[in-house]
Amino acid sequence: MRFVPLLLAGLFRKKTRTVLTLLSVMVAFMLFGLLQAVTTAFESGADSADAKRLLTTARYSIIELLPLSYLRRIEGVPGVVGAAHAEWFGAKYQNESNAFPVFAVDPARYLDMYPEFTVAPAEREAFVKTRTGAIAGRRLVERFGWKVGQKLPIASEIHPRAGGDMSWEFDLVGVIDAEDPAVQGNTDMVLINVAHFDEARQNARGRTGWYIIRIADSGQAKEIAAGIDRLFANSPDETKTQPEKEFAIGFAKQIGDIGALISRILAAVFFTILILTGNTMAQSIRERIPELAILKTLGFSDTRVTVLVLAEAALLLLIGGAVGMAAAVGMLPFLNGSTGGRFPPLYVETGTWIGAVAVAVALALMVGLPPAWRARRLRIVDALAGHR
Amino acid sequence: MSEPEASQPEAAASGPLVAIRGVTKHYQRGGERIEVLHGIDLDIPRGDFVALMGPSGSGKTTLLNLIGGLDSPTAGQITVDGARIDQLSSGELSRWRAANVGFVFQFYNLLPVLSAQKNVELPLLLTDLPAGERRRRAGIALALVGLEDRARHKPRELSGGQEQRVAIARAIVTDPVLLVCDEPTGDLDRGTADEVLGLLQMLNREHGTTVVMVTHDPKAADHARRQLHLDKGVLAD
Repeated sequence: MRFVPLLLAGLFRKKTRTVLTLLSVMVAFMLFGLLQAVTTAFESGADSADAKRLLTTARYSIIELLPLSYLRRIEGVPGVVGAAHAEWFGAKYQNESNAFPVFAVDPARYLDMYPEFTVAPAEREAFVKTRTGAIAGRRLVERFGWKVGQKLPIASEIHPRAGGDMSWEFDLVGVIDAEDPAVQGNTDMVLINVAHFDEARQNARGRTGWYIIRIADSGQAKEIAAGIDRLFANSPDETKTQPEKEFAIGFAKQIGDIGALISRILAAVFFTILILTGNTMAQSIRERIPELAILKTLGFSDTRVTVLVLAEAALLLLIGGAVGMAAAVGMLPFLNGSTGGRFPPLYVETGTWIGAVAVAVALALMVGLPPAWRARRLRIVDALAGHR
Repeated sequence: MSEPEASQPEAAASGPLVAIRGVTKHYQRGGERIEVLHGIDLDIPRGDFVALMGPSGSGKTTLLNLIGGLDSPTAGQITVDGARIDQLSSGELSRWRAANVGFVFQFYNLLPVLSAQKNVELPLLLTDLPAGERRRRAGIALALVGLEDRARHKPRELSGGQEQRVAIARAIVTDPVLLVCDEPTGDLDRGTADEVLGLLQMLNREHGTTVVMVTHDPKAADHARRQLHLDKGVLAD
């Protein structure tokens, strides 16, 4: 700690240059935080996937529907301990920008598939018993100021009611919660009771979007999935069954390999920062050769001077990195608010913070080692005589 | 300021503070070998104030650097306060310098980003002293050179003479046995130079600090107890 004032004095020797470099580092780490949050959001479905859950969709496209009658046959496949189904409702609430997922489900079966979602027992019971019932994720409820017991008018972009009206109305009977932030993102949805939905809709009665299947042994997932698909092979509605994680990754990749795209952007950003801060550090040390020689004259060892230069680089990157990451965290609520629920909620997870520290330390080493080595090899008499 | 630590070996305490035997120094500049010092023998008693004089290129600063442990001889022995500093490694020399030598340079060599107080505290960062004690000792050293009221000023806010006095305070704050000064008045006007030299005399007389000073200036050399002349790398009689 006794050397911190010396470090700070060295770092802010040229205030304008240091502040500009800090701003660049800050912006780079802010981008890191934001883009990693996007990656986390895209991967959250895969991360929170349960290895004992399979998803069965139509073989060629997830927008094709499957018969509801498949449910009993799937439940009969050895190794399957339960099954549920869900269908995309295609909702908008009040206006175009308020879009969020709404799924038509069999309440009890669906909630049994997702033990990570928590619904108060009385509200679950109400959802099961109320044909026009709906439950909504906590964050949606808070965002729109909904109250349990109110009517929920939601328009569908896909499913007209019998008679052609696209407007639907449900009774909000409960709230979905989750403790894990990754899972919390998955609760940004409304579940409606398929019993009422299937009866009231104009088209596609008796059909559903996909099946969720719970199995006893995740080690048997591939065999069970193949068994389910064999059951419906050569039928008009062939199926494709896969573990939930594979499905989530495949779904995310439909709009591109987000992880690879973001990695490339960040690599370009940090390469620029490497050059920029490397130049700043090299220039800063070059200007202070006589001062470093004086420190050595006073008894600072070669190792101590090396560590001081490295610590200065680390301080520069850690301060810039911390401020940048804090800025990213500060911006996320506004970004989440502006997506209108069309995008999974963005958040900075602990792993991103650890990654930011690791990147900052790695950059500090790359940026600090050349001038630190130069400072270490500095001969006092040469430096004092002006031979650098 | 106090006398050197009583723990020094008796032989060292009774002999000269600096004993130089057969010291030579060569430099290699590009493909050229430059011979700077040739077989120097010199004793500097404890409490002495020596002025090293000679023309440019005579090897004064090189000899001073060797005595201060900033450089190592090509051959020969240098003993300071009982320690064979020509045999010390780079790290050992650093520790030795921190504990035993104070340096004063022509161009002061203060760190421009630090206040006078922080500049004086610098050598104390290498000790185990707590922050409060470091501040107190730096304050005493600044008071000794008459600059206690300038402790918070940065070097650029001080005159040349004041900067050199801060440099002297930094040199004495660890209570070194030896003060080496390289043209300490070379950048000062006559009046200010006399003030700085008076300060060095005071440290030598009243605190027993051994001073070795390189200078071109005969008037500056007059402030020393004795003068040594170096010419072409050899000490003149």
